[in-house]
Amino acid sequence: MPNPLAPGTKAPDFTLHATPDQTMSLSELKGRPVIVAFYPADWSPVCGDQMALYNEILPEFHKHHAELLGISVDGVWCHAAFAHDRKLHFPLLADFEPKGAVAKMYGVMRPEGFTERALFVIDKEGVIRWSYLSPVGINPGADGILEALENL
Amino acid sequence: MQLKIAVSEQDHIQGASAAPVTLVEYGDYECPHCGLAHPVVKRLQKHFGESLRFVFRNFPLSEMHPVAEPAAEAAEFAGTQNKFWEMHDGIFEHQSQLTPEFLLSLAKKNGLNPQALSDALESGTFRERVRKDFTGGVRSGVNGTPTFFINGRRHDGPPDYESLSAAVEAAR
Repeated sequence: MPNPLAPGTKAPDFTLHATPDQTMSLSELKGRPVIVAFYPADWSPVCGDQMALYNEILPEFHKHHAELLGISVDGVWCHAAFAHDRKLHFPLLADFEPKGAVAKMYGVMRPEGFTERALFVIDKEGVIRWSYLSPVGINPGADGILEALENL
Repeated sequence: MQLKIAVSEQDHIQGASAAPVTLVEYGDYECPHCGLAHPVVKRLQKHFGESLRFVFRNFPLSEMHPVAEPAAEAAEFAGTQNKFWEMHDGIFEHQSQLTPEFLLSLAKKNGLNPQALSDALESGTFRERVRKDFTGGVRSGVNGTPTFFINGRRHDGPPDYESLSAAVEAAR
């Protein structure tokens, strides 16, 4: 059963590949709010899938000085191709090896081998202030994230 | 999810304000799923007649669909001259031909000044209007296109005739 980390919990730090030769750590973003969006897989077949939607909404997130990180168990090359195709302007991190290790830390790994669709809003001190678990087939949209950012 | 931005005179509306059911669509002119939904809406309007009021709001995914934003702005431009629906229908009915040049020729065909449209697109006259629709949609839980609201409640079923007509029927 998924058991996403609850608000009030200190967000566990992680370091993951953002590109084939670059890694990124959550702790690097301290001092700014961070939105962490776990999603099952790159290449979902609909218009305005979750990552593409967030890409469009990025300016709203930036108004709150928030950084957005997408995380799935896809590998860096897959992420690179997906990000290029969808013209994404935020990093996709590869929770690839050991597979799903970060998703497990956040309590959002599924037994089928991919992550839940789960959202975390982390404040500038590194504390989780809001989390949301969406049914895996349903794009949770961004209204909850924006509300959480406003409440920081 | 509930529609956060109430239908107002600012909207593009077809049908009577007294209609018992209001269908709001957030759509993107370049999205193929919205293209498929277009004849579905027409069929719903035909079937429900005066019982149904239809509202279209812009939700262009412009990073993915480069002509979605100019198309939305072109429809807004036409709207200032009471030609919104002519433009709206023309774009969806010729979605496969959608280019900036096509928008200009469609404007001309509808008796609008293509140069004035070109200038408006260039200077972004209607960009804020489109953005306002978009951000309002985000706050209402629009999570892709098309997203429909029936009497203010998000329709989470498929955007096909069977599903939408059943939902409209239930809301009557």
